[in-house]
Amino acid sequence: MIWAAVLGTAVGCYLLKLAGLSVPERVLDRPAVRRVADLIPVALLAALAAVQVVADGSRLVLDARLLGLAAGLVALLMRAPFLVVVGVAALAAALVRLV
Amino acid sequence: MTGRAGSSERRGVIRDGIGVGLATGVYGVSFGAIGVTSGLSVAQTCALSLLAFTGASQFALVGVLGSGGAPLAGTASALLLGSRNALYGLRLASTLQLSGVRRLLGAHLVIDESTAMAVSRIDPSLARAGFWSTGLAVFCCWNLATLAGALGGTAIGDPRDYGLDAAVGAAYLALLWPRLADRRAQLTAVLGVLVALAVVPLSTPGVPVLVAGSVALALGVRAPAGSTEPRSGP
Repeated sequence: MIWAAVLGTAVGCYLLKLAGLSVPERVLDRPAVRRVADLIPVALLAALAAVQVVADGSRLVLDARLLGLAAGLVALLMRAPFLVVVGVAALAAALVRLV
Repeated sequence: MTGRAGSSERRGVIRDGIGVGLATGVYGVSFGAIGVTSGLSVAQTCALSLLAFTGASQFALVGVLGSGGAPLAGTASALLLGSRNALYGLRLASTLQLSGVRRLLGAHLVIDESTAMAVSRIDPSLARAGFWSTGLAVFCCWNLATLAGALGGTAIGDPRDYGLDAAVGAAYLALLWPRLADRRAQLTAVLGVLVALAVVPLSTPGVPVLVAGSVALALGVRAPAGSTEPRSGP
């Protein structure tokens, strides 16, 4: 029964991915669809970042993660490259937890 | 369409992709460990990472099974979360231009990280380099880490001790950053954050991000004020 759930999840998740890639191009050429498709990553990335650093299961928690993100934001404002931003955030959060 | 990006830019994109793969893959250890403690076998846990390969959905399934939920309910919540990958595919299709076997293979790599690393590039060849390098790097790291975690390898400790949870959040922010050029995008980001956080206490992990996607739908369907956008097609 667990195998059925595992394989059902695997097949379903793959078909969802494939469905998105297989939508005909003319559908995407409509301005409204293109605007929505451009804004989807903005909304999802913003939400992913927020949930990643503030959510703990179903609770909202302010902890070292938020300080790490703030350090990453400072690095971004200083035009640091991607891996530096990520590294600074990790270092800041790890240091805060050590204290 | 080959694009005009220089090879050094391309190497930079690939290096960033591998970096994201390593950072994300570490979480595979926790997935592997949670999988076996939720009652799945090592083979079932690894099969999920290999075949479903979308983190939030995998965590949702083992979370439901581990808390005694019905397997069907676990699959349903996993698919609800997996539906955002269809939106990602929609966004990626025109950039990747995949057909045949490459589309079948590429589809498996359509996940949060590979999409983010592709759509943050304006040059199509760099976008494709970002997609494939990140997708393959995450795939390798995620699966090796799942196996390690499932075999009882919680010995490396908690990824949080290394600040990796904050690092993943910063990675999402860094990817978002260049996309905040206009007011509509800024508004979308702010509302996305507020909606997601408002939904967190009301739902299970993964759902808030999905709900935040509706902000893009709500703001995107309206034409920009004063736009002289040409109508496309009949």
